[in-house]
Amino acid sequence: MAAKSIISRPVYGTLSPQPGKHHLFIADAEGALAISDMAARAPAGFFDGAEIDFIPGPNNEHVAALEALKPARFHLAPSFASLLPRLKQTLGNAHMGLRLYLAGTEGLIGQAMQVALEAGIDHTSVQTEHRGSLARRMQCVHCKGITENVTTQPATCSHCGLLLLVRDHYSRRLAAFQGVCINAEDRSEIPPMEEAFP
Amino acid sequence: MGITFRKETFRDDFTFRNSPEHIRRFPFPFHEDAYMYAVNIEPHVVGPKGSVLENLIDVDEHYIAEMQDRALVLAEDPLRCQSLPHMTLAGWDLLELLMEQQALGYPEHFTLTRDGDRWRWINRPLGIDDTFTFGDTSTLPYGPMEYITRQSQGDFCILDQRDGNLWMDAGMVTTQADWSLDFDIGMNFFEWHAPVPLAHEKGIFTRALKFLTNIQQGKPARRLNWTMTINPRLDTSPENYHKWGPDRTTVTPQNVGDKVHLRVELQSFWRLPRSNGIVFPIRCYLIKMDELVTQPKWARRLHRVIRDLPEELATYKGLTRYRPTLVEWLSKLDDGSPTSSGFGPD
Repeated sequence: MAAKSIISRPVYGTLSPQPGKHHLFIADAEGALAISDMAARAPAGFFDGAEIDFIPGPNNEHVAALEALKPARFHLAPSFASLLPRLKQTLGNAHMGLRLYLAGTEGLIGQAMQVALEAGIDHTSVQTEHRGSLARRMQCVHCKGITENVTTQPATCSHCGLLLLVRDHYSRRLAAFQGVCINAEDRSEIPPMEEAFP
Repeated sequence: MGITFRKETFRDDFTFRNSPEHIRRFPFPFHEDAYMYAVNIEPHVVGPKGSVLENLIDVDEHYIAEMQDRALVLAEDPLRCQSLPHMTLAGWDLLELLMEQQALGYPEHFTLTRDGDRWRWINRPLGIDDTFTFGDTSTLPYGPMEYITRQSQGDFCILDQRDGNLWMDAGMVTTQADWSLDFDIGMNFFEWHAPVPLAHEKGIFTRALKFLTNIQQGKPARRLNWTMTINPRLDTSPENYHKWGPDRTTVTPQNVGDKVHLRVELQSFWRLPRSNGIVFPIRCYLIKMDELVTQPKWARRLHRVIRDLPEELATYKGLTRYRPTLVEWLSKLDDGSPTSSGFGPD
């Protein structure tokens, strides 16, 4: 679980079965475990109206466990970018009453939430559960480039190369934490880089 | 009789100065010898002649130079001006407010004439004479918010009110004290203030939001905020922090008076009539230490405020690196004698 922090930082909960007929799950890697745990508490037939879109981790784990839930539709995607067109269409065509569940890394939850917001879904109606890596998606405030899977503090911007303090300040619209140059006042000060978001 | 506009810069050679009359009207933000956050909001009503409150939208001798600096910032980074799609009507509200107020306060410089929806706006300092149809964006060279805020001093945030909260959904922000519109746009009141230390725990933002969501049309409110800036630089954005940050290492006992500036924001809050949004102008006033200490009361008081500022606030305001040098310099102007209460010079 991510530590408690400032108000703009998202707070994640525990997935729980919502009333309704249509359920869309988006998960990556260990997010699959959040779905399995929730399934144990779900009423019979819950997954008859469910779609699970899953991006497996590097070891391809948890695929069989999700298939065993027998969702109406099961889609394996190799990356979030490859899932994006399908997700946009699904959410764009969704009627009132679709329930959205996001589970896994903060980067996955944030980017799926971004698509949901663009489709007009209120963020407070979305179920989220953080599982797995604490790696952050970071926007460089200087060059505006996004660096994925940031695990260190400070972190180097993968676009402009500035050394950035990874703040807790978070934008849902950008699905990113803010990175601000950590040695802007004196570039010769180079603080040690530590593993902060394993 | 009108304002004599100064030719000056807020970058490179930094020729910005205040005339003696403008030093005396500077909105000094400390009414006592100490500073701590408070919900210091009061009705925005007209103040004494010759003060920055003489008109509710203040235009001063820096007007033309500030508008030129804004144009330079926007040319480099158009993301400093953004408006989410549902905010166009609020932009028209703001255009009306700023045209009316500037024409009312400075008829020798600005004229607004209306014939139904057909409006003519004359801005003499900037050499603008445009006729357009109110509500029809295609009749202006920019969207309504961008058009009028390229002609108005200060930053402007337009807040949408819904679900009992205020949402930062549009803005023109080129003179900000280290916050990013591009990052914060779309956030609610608590989210965009999230990085501010101490104030959340004190319940400041909960009370401030309650006040702001109840603001009525025709009854604006205001508060002062402050920080310090090295060199008279308007664009102290986080976007360019790696460019202006090194300025903070250049303060020496010899150049404090010229380099260190008190930066005061006169923030006001206005209900907009058509959109029911709130516009939040953040008008920035700069004064260098050499100018400020020409008023002995301000010199004594600023010394005590900066010396005694809690460490967390000093860090948040970015003073840490040069605070000892500044306090030492100011201490020589503080004989320990009492200061009168209130903001004004003696």
